[in-house]
Amino acid sequence: MTSLMKPGAPDRRRVRTHGGTAGPRGGGRTAPHPRRKSSRAPWLYLAPALVVLGGLLAYPIYQLGLISLFHYTQAQVSGGEPTTFEGFGNYARLFGDEQFWQVLLATVVFAAACVLCTLTVGCALAVLLTRVRAVPRLALMLAALGAWATPAITGSTVWLLLFDADFGPVNRLLGLGDHAWTYGRFSAFFLVLLEVVWCSFPFVMVTVYAGIRAVPSEVLEAASLDGASQWRIWRSVLAPMLRPILVVVTIQSVIWDFKVFTQIYVMTGGGGIAGQNLVLNVYAYQQAFASSQYSLGAAIGVVMLLILLAVTLVYLRLLRRQGEEL
Amino acid sequence: MKLSARTVAVAAVLATAACAPQTSGTTSSDKDEKTGTLRVWLFQEVNNTPKEQVVDTVLAEFEKAHEDTEVTVEYIPVETRAQRIKAAFNDPGSAPDLIEYGNTDTAGYVKDGGLADVTEEFAAWDEAADTDATARQSVTVDGKVYGAPYFVGVRALYYRTDVLDELGLDVPRTQAELISTAKEIRAARPDLYGIAVGGAYTYGAMPFIWAHGGELATGKGGSYASAIDSAAARKGIEAYTSLFGDDNCPAAKCAGMGGNDTVTAFASGKAAMAIGGDFSHAAVEAGKVKGKYAVVPLPGVAAGSVAPAFAGGNNLGVLKSTSHRTLAVDLMKRLASKKAQGALFEGMGFLPTFSDVRQQAAAKESFVKPFVDTLAADTKFVPASPAWAQIDSSQVLPTMFQEIVSGKKSVAAASGDAARKMNEAFGSAG
Repeated sequence: MTSLMKPGAPDRRRVRTHGGTAGPRGGGRTAPHPRRKSSRAPWLYLAPALVVLGGLLAYPIYQLGLISLFHYTQAQVSGGEPTTFEGFGNYARLFGDEQFWQVLLATVVFAAACVLCTLTVGCALAVLLTRVRAVPRLALMLAALGAWATPAITGSTVWLLLFDADFGPVNRLLGLGDHAWTYGRFSAFFLVLLEVVWCSFPFVMVTVYAGIRAVPSEVLEAASLDGASQWRIWRSVLAPMLRPILVVVTIQSVIWDFKVFTQIYVMTGGGGIAGQNLVLNVYAYQQAFASSQYSLGAAIGVVMLLILLAVTLVYLRLLRRQGEEL
Repeated sequence: MKLSARTVAVAAVLATAACAPQTSGTTSSDKDEKTGTLRVWLFQEVNNTPKEQVVDTVLAEFEKAHEDTEVTVEYIPVETRAQRIKAAFNDPGSAPDLIEYGNTDTAGYVKDGGLADVTEEFAAWDEAADTDATARQSVTVDGKVYGAPYFVGVRALYYRTDVLDELGLDVPRTQAELISTAKEIRAARPDLYGIAVGGAYTYGAMPFIWAHGGELATGKGGSYASAIDSAAARKGIEAYTSLFGDDNCPAAKCAGMGGNDTVTAFASGKAAMAIGGDFSHAAVEAGKVKGKYAVVPLPGVAAGSVAPAFAGGNNLGVLKSTSHRTLAVDLMKRLASKKAQGALFEGMGFLPTFSDVRQQAAAKESFVKPFVDTLAADTKFVPASPAWAQIDSSQVLPTMFQEIVSGKKSVAAASGDAARKMNEAFGSAG
C-alpha cells in the first residue's frame, strides 16, 4: 500500500503548495514548470466523473460501512425500535460464526477454481480463434456471444435441466440413470462451475483474441521460424505481450466469480442441501434480506469489499514488482 | 501520515456518531379521519376473480354504510409481498391502511412496529367468539391482538386409491403404519415414491414432531427456548427422516424438495402418498391422478389419532400508520366476517377461521372434510416470536432435516445444532 503511494505522494504535495499562486494568473505568465500551469486542469476535467463516482460509489459504501456498525433490522428501519450503535458487534458476531468461515473458504476455493477454468478456456479458445478459418471462427464467435448474452437465470435453469436427474439429456447420454447432480457437495459445485465458466469465458476469449490480433505478426512469424511450439509461443511471446490484458481479465474474473450469486441461488436452490453450496453473496442475502438483518448483511458486504480490494492490490503489487507498467 | 490516520479515525467516529442510518420516524398516526380514501392490499391468488367478487361485495356495503369514503384495493403478488410490506412499513406516507399477511409473519410485523393493536375492537366484535383457538393465536402476540384471521390452511394425507387397492394395502392408521405402507409400496412399485417427502418441507415435517409429543419451542411472550432437541421431538424427527432413502424417497432427490415439489410429485403420479394442503386440492385435481386419490387426516402415533397439523393461513391487519383507524378496523371486520369468509370459501376454497362456518362448509363440499377434521382434532402454530421469521428464512429446520437425511449428522447432533441456532435467534430478536 505505502510503496504504491510513494511515487505519487511528493507530486501531490508540490502541486498543492504551488497551486495557489499558479492559479488564475498563472495562465498569462510563462511558467518555469509546465506542470504547474495545468495543476488544476486535470481535476477540473475529472470533476464530473468524480462527482458521479462519489455519488454512486463512495456514498453507498459509506452507508454500508455505517449500517454495519449499528443494530439495524426491519424493526429499526420502520421505526418499531430505536437504532442502537453496536461498534464492531456485527463483525464480532460474524467472525464468531463457524458457518461464516466455512462459507468464506468455500467461496475462495470455488472462485479460484472458476477463475482458473475461465481463463484457461478463454485463452485456449482465443488462440484457437486465430488459427482457424473464417467460417468456424464466426461460428465459435457467435456461440460464445450467445453464451455471453444469455441471462444468468436462464443459463442456470437450462444447465439444471440438462443435468436433471429424471429428464436431463446428460444422464441419458452418459448412461447415469437418475443420478442427482445437485445432491453431492462437489458435484453440485462442479455443475455451478460449468455454468459460471460457460457464461464468463466469452469475455476472456474476446478480449484476449483482440489482444492477440494487436500483436505484430512478424513477432509470431519469427517465433515459429525459430521452431517454437504453440505452447512455447503462448508462454514466451503472447502471454508476456498480452500481460496488461490478462491482468484486466483476471481481476474482472476474480471479482465476478467471488461475487457469484444467481448461479448458486438458482442451481442449488439457495445454497444446496443443508447449505453445503453457500457462497458469501448468497449467505449475505440470506442474512440481510431474507432475515432482515441488514446490519449483519452490511458487515458481510464490507468484509467482501475488503477481501476483493486486498486481492486486487496484492495482485497489482506482485505485477509491479516484476517491473511491469500497467 | 500518522497524523492523518488519526484524523481519519476521528472523522469517521464523528461521522458515524453524527448520522445514524435512516429510520422512518414514529409510525403511529394520531389522526383518525372518518372520511376519505382507504387503501387495502390483498394477496393476488392464482385464480383471483372469485376473491375479487367477494371483496367487491363487501366494499359496496362498506361504502354504503360510511358516507364520503372510498376504498381502493390493490392485489399484490404473493412472491414479492415481503418487500412490499416492508416498504410500506418504511414509508408510512404511501402505505395502505389495511393489509392481508401470512399468519407466521404476525410477531415479526408487530416487532417492526407495523401493525396496530386492535385488542379492544376484536374483543368487542360479536363474531370473534367463534374464531377457533389456533386462528386466534395466530393474530396474538404477548396477549394483544393484531388483526383478524382471514382463512386457515391445513395439511392432510393424500393417497392413491388405485395403488393401495392394487397392492391390497389399507389406509395407514398410525405413523408406524404410514412408514411401513410407504416402504411396501416402494418395494412393489419402484417407479413410485411410497410417500413424497421433502428435506425442505418444514410444514410437512412438523406434524411428525408434534405427534410424538415434541415441540418446536417452549415458552411464552418474549422468552422462547428451542425444544427441537428434546427426546420427544427427536423421535418425531427420526420418524420423518426415516422416510428418506432408497426404500421410499431417495435422499438424492428428496432432500432438496419443498412442499410444492412433493405435491407436484403426487399430482404427476410419481408418488403414492403425499402431505398436501386443502390449498393443494386444485393442483392435484389438475394433475394425472384426478379421480384416483382420496384424502385423510395425517395419522398420529396411536391408532385412530390425528397428528397435530400446522395451522397456516392469512390474517388481515390494520397498519399502525393509518390515518383512518376506525374505518380501517370496521373494514377489516367486514372482510373477515362470517359471511365474507363463507363466500370466500365458496369462491376460492379457503377454509374459514370460524368453527361453525367451517362445519357448514364441510357439509357442502366433501373434499374439505378431512381438512376440517384435522383442524377439529388439534392444530399447532409456530412460536409467536419475531425470531421465527429469522429461523424460517435462515432455513434452520430444512438444514437440520437435510443434514440428517444426507448422512452428514446424527439426529442428536443436527437437532442440537438447530436448537442452538434457534436459541440464538430467540435471544437476538427477543
